[in-house]
Amino acid sequence: MGRFRDSSSHEMPAISTASLPDIIFMLLFFFMISTSMKEVDYRVGIRPPEATELVSLEKKSLVRFIYVGTPVQKYRSQYGTESRIQLDDAFAEVSQIENYVVAERSAMPESDQDLMTVSLKIDKECKMGIVTDIKQALRRAYALKINYSAIPRANSQF
Amino acid sequence: MSKKKRKVPEINSSSTADIAFLLLIFFLVTTTMAVNKGLARRLPPPVPADQKTEDLKVKERNVFVVLINSDNQLLVQNEYMDISKLKTKAKEFIVNNDDDPNMPEKSVVNIDYFGNVMVTKDHVISLQNDRGTSYSKYIEVQNELVAAYNELRNDLARTKWGVSYEELDESKQNAVQKYFPQKISEAEPKNYGGNK
Repeated sequence: MGRFRDSSSHEMPAISTASLPDIIFMLLFFFMISTSMKEVDYRVGIRPPEATELVSLEKKSLVRFIYVGTPVQKYRSQYGTESRIQLDDAFAEVSQIENYVVAERSAMPESDQDLMTVSLKIDKECKMGIVTDIKQALRRAYALKINYSAIPRANSQF
Repeated sequence: MSKKKRKVPEINSSSTADIAFLLLIFFLVTTTMAVNKGLARRLPPPVPADQKTEDLKVKERNVFVVLINSDNQLLVQNEYMDISKLKTKAKEFIVNNDDDPNMPEKSVVNIDYFGNVMVTKDHVISLQNDRGTSYSKYIEVQNELVAAYNELRNDLARTKWGVSYEELDESKQNAVQKYFPQKISEAEPKNYGGNK
């Protein structure tokens, strides 16, 4: 039968950490590929509606966002609790959308201008009135490709 | 002058892990996982200001009217309806299997892969909403209508080729699209009374 060794005389070998950087780099690359940069700081709270027939937006450079929702706590005293529009990093009115879209489009390379998509990120509690106004403004600006942002429904019926 | 072979000292690499961690944390903080997804739609081009709004002549049987009021209730073809039935109803309308005179008319269209087929190519689904309709209801209805088309296309692809619509190549997809053209019209906004 074996004999017990005297454990006190035996030192634990140090675990080699040489491969630690590799592991971390692997994680890093995973996150770099699977995530995307934040577009803006949200000034409005948006809980997207749920849907099942979703398509993903392909090219980031062709997409411009319009956010609609109630202002976050910080801005409530100034802007109230009605649904507001946010373009880039600032609150905006419906009348500004047309100019914004035209300006953004003319900044794009000419070959991409027809492919511009406007993604509407709208809170699900919003009323259609403001959405209709935005849609009309987009039509006037000839930004006809739109995308109603939504999240996949968890318990789909299929 | 004797040249001694000097050993190049090894660079201490124990801090690479820390550098990588730093980068990792930076990316974790500044990026978001959420992929942008949504319902892709196309708006109709704007109506020129000088043009009189004359109603396009669309036969009544070709139009599938969906109204949503400010209380988020649905009126489909003049009937009150629950949203769960909307998709089936829309599918029946688009296909018009029995050539029902109240459903859209069919006409012969030549499509690649299918030959001459009877298709309800003039049908229109007209979606109208009130200013007080909630956005979530509107998206729900849009979703059901798009789902109706997607299911029809999928069924067709499965019976014809045995694979789903997404797996088809582009020319076949186009043929299926021609078979079931997606025609959801979002009417010019109207205010149907009630509060603004």
